[in-house]
Amino acid sequence: MDPVVRIRGLRFARAGKPILTDLDLTVARGSVTAILGPSGSGKTTLLHLISGLLRPQAGQVELMGHPFPRGRRALYQLRTRMGMLFQNSALLTDLSVFENVAYPLRAHTDLSESMIRKLVLLKLQSVGLRGARDLMPNQLSGGMARRVALARAMALDPSLLLYDEPFTGQDPISLGILVRLIRQLNDASRLTSILVSHDVRETLRIADYVYLLDQGKIVAQGTPAQLAAENKPWVQQFLQGLPDGPVHFHYPAPDLLTDLLEI
Amino acid sequence: MRRFLAQLGRRGIAFFARLGRRFLLLLHILAGSGELFRHFDQLIRQLHGIGVRSVAIVSLSGFFVGMVLSLQGYQVLTQFSAEESLGLLVAASLVRELGPVVTALLVAGRAGSALTAEIGLMKTTEQLAALEMMAVDPIRRVLVPRFFGGLLAMPLLAGLFSAFGLLGGYLVGVDLLGVDAGAFWGQMQQRIDCYADLCSGIFKSLIFGLVVIWIALFEGYDSRPTSEGVGRATTRTVVQSALAVLCLDFVLTALLLGV
Ligand SMILES: Nc1ncnc2c1ncn2[C@@H]1O[C@H](COP(=O)(O)OP(=O)(O)O)[C@@H](O)[C@H]1O
Ligand SMILES: [Mg+2]
Repeated sequence: MDPVVRIRGLRFARAGKPILTDLDLTVARGSVTAILGPSGSGKTTLLHLISGLLRPQAGQVELMGHPFPRGRRALYQLRTRMGMLFQNSALLTDLSVFENVAYPLRAHTDLSESMIRKLVLLKLQSVGLRGARDLMPNQLSGGMARRVALARAMALDPSLLLYDEPFTGQDPISLGILVRLIRQLNDASRLTSILVSHDVRETLRIADYVYLLDQGKIVAQGTPAQLAAENKPWVQQFLQGLPDGPVHFHYPAPDLLTDLLEI
Repeated sequence: MRRFLAQLGRRGIAFFARLGRRFLLLLHILAGSGELFRHFDQLIRQLHGIGVRSVAIVSLSGFFVGMVLSLQGYQVLTQFSAEESLGLLVAASLVRELGPVVTALLVAGRAGSALTAEIGLMKTTEQLAALEMMAVDPIRRVLVPRFFGGLLAMPLLAGLFSAFGLLGGYLVGVDLLGVDAGAFWGQMQQRIDCYADLCSGIFKSLIFGLVVIWIALFEGYDSRPTSEGVGRATTRTVVQSALAVLCLDFVLTALLLGV
């Protein structure tokens, strides 16, 4: 089957500083593909390049078999088929939970008010927040806000969902809910999901295929089982969260004793 | 020396790039003005947010400025035994100059800074990117109603400022200093010209409104998406608006008077 996303030789720099270099990546239809990497490795940037919020300086991004559209209209057309869960939920703060989820429906369909109501309630039901429909975003906990954002991203029944760090700042219970929800939504709605995260354990539980990203480069890839068997030291250090290895806990500094004795 | 020149060049390029983005944003906003008719409620909401909430500060300031004008004007006019012209002096100063200018400064401080902070925060919390991802143009949906709301509010607020200024001037001039009420209003009626005074005042405040709201929206939209970046952008809005308004006032006055 043709991949949903295919990236070849992608390069992106900011103010001369390379952020992503020569990146190749393929996302199979129907899969949950994870991109794991430490903070600052360029994960958010990569998601923004996939969604067209940023444009690459070199290389190709193909979405659903077509090169990335140039014009605004074609881009918007494409975006009605993809949803994105932002790092900090990004709910519109002046609208209620209900109106936030209804927003994409109102913007892109001519559905009647009763139809919109039904759809919104169904989406909210699927994230377990039908009862919270009248709350405002500032009345929600972080976990609830993220689930509302998920319902909103699902509103137009996209075929591709992008998640930016969905697990950060979640308490253990909402974390568990979210992990299961992502997998369930993916399988029930025949979605393709791309999940960006630095939470290794949760991600490996639900990912079909994983890319490890470090300083803008793919350093390893494979199914979770293949990665566990990988014996590059960096990979093992990152996956197991060890304090020392190729990446050091200490920022380079002279010997502590010399430093302390110096006047 | 080479380093200095390179630095100068970089600054220059950054400045012009910013200027370019400024004009592109304005074009984008104007091109999206059709959105107003589809979402009329948004315009009303912004008119309320920018206009109605500035009413108190604008009318109070107008009142005090009118009183001061009357006091100062009276001091000068009595020297020529021309106190009957006090009404004319107060009205002309308010309608032509102080109404549009001070209102623009007040709106920049009260509503402009708030707009910059609001847009900047929407950017920081990725709300603008979220709209973009929902295939909704954030400029059309968020900036356009704010722009036209501000543009409409400005002349109305300037009118309010002048009206309260006249009231203040009247109270001080007639009730306190004893200028004849008939003369106060009469000279004003005879000498204030619809075109030369009223229209030029309205024209000025429309231009000021455009500039102030444009600066506020651009600074918010172009701000760095961090709390520090939004803070800086807010300060820049107030400083730049004040400078732009005072500078433009001179240019517009010179043009309108045909000097
Ligand atoms: N708007 C920006 N301007 C300049 N540099 C940025 C910007 N956004 C991100 N970066 C830099 O790009 C790198 C990758 O950032 P990001 O993609 O956000 O990483 P991640 O999401 O993996 O934590 C970081 O070094 C960061 O400092
Ligand atoms: Mg990130």
